[in-house]
Amino acid sequence: MSINTGRRTFLKTTALAVSVAMGSLAYAAGAYALGDPEKEDLKFGFIKLTDMAPLAIAYENGYFEDEGLYVQLEAQANWKVLLDRVIDGQLDGAHMLAGQPIAATIGYGTKAPVITPISMDLNGNAITVSNKTWKAMKPNVEMEGGKPKHPISAAALKPVVESYKDEGKAFKMGMVFPVSTHNYELRYWLAAGGLNPGYYAPHKGDSSGTLDADVLLSVTPPPQMPATMEAGTIEGYCVGEPWNQQAVFKGIGVPVISDNSIQKNNPEKVFGLREDFYEKYPNTTIRVVKAMIRAAHWLDAENNKNRPAAVKILSKPNYVGADYKVIANSMTGTFEYEKGDKRSEPDFNVFFRYNATYPYYSDAIWYMTQMRRWGQISEQKSDDWYKDMAKKVYRPDIYKQAVDELVADGTFKKSDFAAVYDTDGFRGVQDDFMDGIPYDGSKPNDYIDSMKIGLKADKQL
Amino acid sequence: MNPLKWGLIEPFYKLAIGEDRQGQVNTIIKMVGLPLVGIFFFLMLWQAAAVNINTSLGQFPGPVQTYEQFVSLQEEAQAEAVKEHKFYERQEERNARKLEKNPEAEIKVREYTGPPTFFEQIWRSLVTVMSGFILASIIAIPIGIVIGLSSNAYSAVNPLIQIFKPVSPLAWLPLVTMVVSAVYVTDDPTFDKAFLNSMFTVLLCCLWPTIINTAAGVATVTQDLKNVSQVLSLNWWTHVRKIVLPCSIPMMFTGLRISLGIAWMVLIAAEMLAQNPGLGKFVWDEFQNGSSDSLGRIMVAVIVIGIVGFFLDRGMLILQKAVSWDKSSDIR
Repeated sequence: MSINTGRRTFLKTTALAVSVAMGSLAYAAGAYALGDPEKEDLKFGFIKLTDMAPLAIAYENGYFEDEGLYVQLEAQANWKVLLDRVIDGQLDGAHMLAGQPIAATIGYGTKAPVITPISMDLNGNAITVSNKTWKAMKPNVEMEGGKPKHPISAAALKPVVESYKDEGKAFKMGMVFPVSTHNYELRYWLAAGGLNPGYYAPHKGDSSGTLDADVLLSVTPPPQMPATMEAGTIEGYCVGEPWNQQAVFKGIGVPVISDNSIQKNNPEKVFGLREDFYEKYPNTTIRVVKAMIRAAHWLDAENNKNRPAAVKILSKPNYVGADYKVIANSMTGTFEYEKGDKRSEPDFNVFFRYNATYPYYSDAIWYMTQMRRWGQISEQKSDDWYKDMAKKVYRPDIYKQAVDELVADGTFKKSDFAAVYDTDGFRGVQDDFMDGIPYDGSKPNDYIDSMKIGLKADKQL
Repeated sequence: MNPLKWGLIEPFYKLAIGEDRQGQVNTIIKMVGLPLVGIFFFLMLWQAAAVNINTSLGQFPGPVQTYEQFVSLQEEAQAEAVKEHKFYERQEERNARKLEKNPEAEIKVREYTGPPTFFEQIWRSLVTVMSGFILASIIAIPIGIVIGLSSNAYSAVNPLIQIFKPVSPLAWLPLVTMVVSAVYVTDDPTFDKAFLNSMFTVLLCCLWPTIINTAAGVATVTQDLKNVSQVLSLNWWTHVRKIVLPCSIPMMFTGLRISLGIAWMVLIAAEMLAQNPGLGKFVWDEFQNGSSDSLGRIMVAVIVIGIVGFFLDRGMLILQKAVSWDKSSDIR
């Protein structure tokens, strides 16, 4: 027995040594291990939000060109158009909501195999309410040194929603897409404060997500949020930057919580592309990921020292286009809540730190737990189903090839990517949510059942 | 074509050679002075209104801010041209290195990948509207002639025209988009889908006025002429070529002019709605940007759209006058 084990270990070690040797042999030839890109002209879509920055930077700093790629970046009207255009091939890839490739793969909405080899950022969203709503909820907010104590719970909003109910009116809020981070974050915040944001029932053809709702949530494209709230159609919204700071600058609303306070360092946008694009053009895909990793690194390098330069690029009309000062507010480490209440938020937007670019399976599974919680996944699934789906969509294997290349050609050190070389794709138990409920990505069903508001176990509406 | 006889130059020329001084001065005042007075009062009103409108993006842009934005758009275009130049330089270098490594490598020169400038957007819109318009005319004129000649064909087609004519071409847009996506599938497309979507939407709105006016023009061929044709026993083709076409051309151009006017309006709306490149997209993008310059830039686009529309219409008017028999009629 012991001899056997010893031999097996020996064999394993030898095999490992050989493969490592062969690997380094391949890299000895320099950066040429990776073949030329199969497709050089690419068109990527994005939505006007600061978290599209890695794409803009990879273009402006010439990282795409370094990979022999000629990339065109094109702003899209809304998330649905963007996804459709990726699926039908008008776009080769896009800045996407993390939920989009997952929903497309499991078939909620348009069914199509969309994958993601790289996560684009952490955090970057906030929830904003109109001035009127803020005035009504402020008396319920705990104060600290003359300023509201953060994070503000939705419990402070509850009496306001109830007063609307008493008058027979609906309290409406906006989010950007049914499977958006923003939808889940807004729902998480509302539910943590005791408000039910409503359920979806796709098996009955109900895709409005307002069954049993205390607060009615509806879809509005990000750049239109401030205008929609100004028009009085919604009383608040959850959206990415700069559209919360825009509300402050315009004097029409007050951000009440940033998503970093709902879940610390939550995964945000991803880069999505069709699975068959990767199969057809693997070198191109790996090169795209390489360029984006470099861009993300540049964005966070040396304590955000490049951020002002990044903001200048983002404020160009063909990218985000909002005023420099509006974008700078959140991108350079601060965030303004109530007008004048500017607070330090060094991690409001994270592009590289904390393994921000690594596509963790557990992040994909968290999104699916929220889809199940609110009924978008209408029936109970096994834990294995969640893992299988996550592995279909999130592709750390592609990410790792890109990192290997970057390490081989000397752009980075292995130590820059701790996550890549010693992870099984799961972050481990996370207990940094505002309601204190811990999340273990390997046990999605237990997690779903631990939620106070939301569908549980085999419950179907 | 004597340039001295052109409307704009004639009075100045006559004034210079001293012919009917008072008359020429009156003409010039009417032709140049009064429009200037009109424009001046408009600018005053605009300025006065603008300072009183406060939006959440700042004050509504007056003529001065609009002009400033026009200048800044020009500067941006120049900066972009520099970047474009550098892009090609880098590309050449890269291609040279590639060839050095492998002399048989396939080299391709790529178009600049940067964003289109404002002036490129104008050009793009013009190309789109003209493509759609010309294609529509090629379809509509023969149909108009056939239904104008035959009352049976007219009865058959007329209900369809009446039903489709009032449909806003923007209602067609989703259908056009889906059909183009499904049908136009190639690996190396000559036209991009967005261009085709805009063009077919324009085409669908250009058809009806041209068909109706052509048919009406054909139907106005007088009995005398028809008799002549019969006496000479002209065959059908010669009859159309020698009698029908010349008679109906003025009406046909009336239809074409209406079509082009509608096409321009529809194109801008289609571009806004479908995010297809062009002036419409420029306006929508600026609206979405929500920067403090946005309103001024939209105003620049509005004025440019108006001016382009004006020139398109003048162009068609000149053509219409040139082909119209009745030179005494006052077409404007």
